[in-house]
Amino acid sequence: MSQEANKPTDPSEWQPRIVAFLCNWCSYAGADLAGMSRFAYPAAIKIVRLPCSGRVDPMFIIKSFEQGADLVLVSGCHPGDCHYTSGNYHARRKLLAFRELMTFLGIDPRRFKISWVSAAEGAKWSSLVKEITAEVKALGPFETYSELQTGGTG
Amino acid sequence: MNANTAITEPLQSAAADLLSEGKVAVVIGYGANGDSSLAHPEFVRKPEDAERLVFDERCFGNLAVYLSKDSIRQMGKIGIVVKGCDLRAINVLLREHVVKREDIVLIGVPCAGLGDPPLQKCSVCEQRNPEGCDILAGDPVEQPQVDAELRYKDAADLDAKSLEERWEYWRGQLSKCIRCYACRNVCPLCYCKRCITEKTIPQWIESSAHLRGNVAWNVARAFHLTGRCVNCGECERACPMDIPLGAINQKMAQLMNEWFDFQSGLSSEEKAPFTTFNADDPETGIL
Repeated sequence: MSQEANKPTDPSEWQPRIVAFLCNWCSYAGADLAGMSRFAYPAAIKIVRLPCSGRVDPMFIIKSFEQGADLVLVSGCHPGDCHYTSGNYHARRKLLAFRELMTFLGIDPRRFKISWVSAAEGAKWSSLVKEITAEVKALGPFETYSELQTGGTG
Repeated sequence: MNANTAITEPLQSAAADLLSEGKVAVVIGYGANGDSSLAHPEFVRKPEDAERLVFDERCFGNLAVYLSKDSIRQMGKIGIVVKGCDLRAINVLLREHVVKREDIVLIGVPCAGLGDPPLQKCSVCEQRNPEGCDILAGDPVEQPQVDAELRYKDAADLDAKSLEERWEYWRGQLSKCIRCYACRNVCPLCYCKRCITEKTIPQWIESSAHLRGNVAWNVARAFHLTGRCVNCGECERACPMDIPLGAINQKMAQLMNEWFDFQSGLSSEEKAPFTTFNADDPETGIL
């Protein structure tokens, strides 16, 4: 846990919930490197480790929003660097199409981020998390989703 | 309403010949009761019953939906009446190895448009005369030039609105969903034996008809059809709540066309966009 994350925060201040799906081989290792290198980044992010960004089904993202995520990040290896040769290329097609579908339905696409972070990019991971945390803090709670009716007939 | 005899007569004789020669075990086509505004699916198994078949502008259904049903397939070789739009769905079924070409006989029918006034999909149809069928019933009809801009018009109209306006719109539309799954059941390409919405461990899609579950279901439905949907419009026609599902499908089809120069179902040899990739695919908005 980085020092910044351990700083006492004002309990009345709203903290966003960020869910990050990271591929095991690049982005998860990059986040690990950030920790080992003592690069501070906000603790609002909750990491789910997957074998590959190609594993991400759009339902993971929908489910995260349903469970209260204010932002979802999917991060994988840079194009050409996939451990399984092409998982991230497939992910790129599907996830960008999914973002367009969200946008078309009127669900704010700024709530869904995609990034490439390599195992060597601990510093990039740290600055990326800082950047998206600041952005989602500015956006505020994801009310589009949290206010969706879950009772009656819709 | 009178059946189109120029097509219905050759269609009936083609079906009778196929059945009496034993080339197929069943012919799936359309039948109509009197002046009903909607033709129903007709399953003909004896040559003398071929006279029940009709074809005219009330033959809306996409019969390709039956090709993936075990109860139909076990009858034996299938003869099926196809319009150009239905043929596109069959091309996808062939490309996905759901049916084999040698197991079906395609009886193509030229179609100048369904309904009065014609459906939106018919006004942008470029497959009025289905190509690659085993038999063509009736003479080809004139194929007008289609304005590609109009193909995705419903989606483009919504895209012109702001994000907030679109959310208000879809929130209202998807609130109406009663989760009857008519959209899925009528879709020739929703052939999974077990649909994701029926899976409970884990339950990806909440099954109650509330807005949150409805959003999840409609996102899943649209996404599972991305790069596959041929815009036959059956989901929207079947929807008892009149949710404009066609616009969502159009949006995804428009993306596939714009990004990958792809239109689903034009051939059975094509590769679906989500089964392949290019190193130089679009990469906007990736951090």
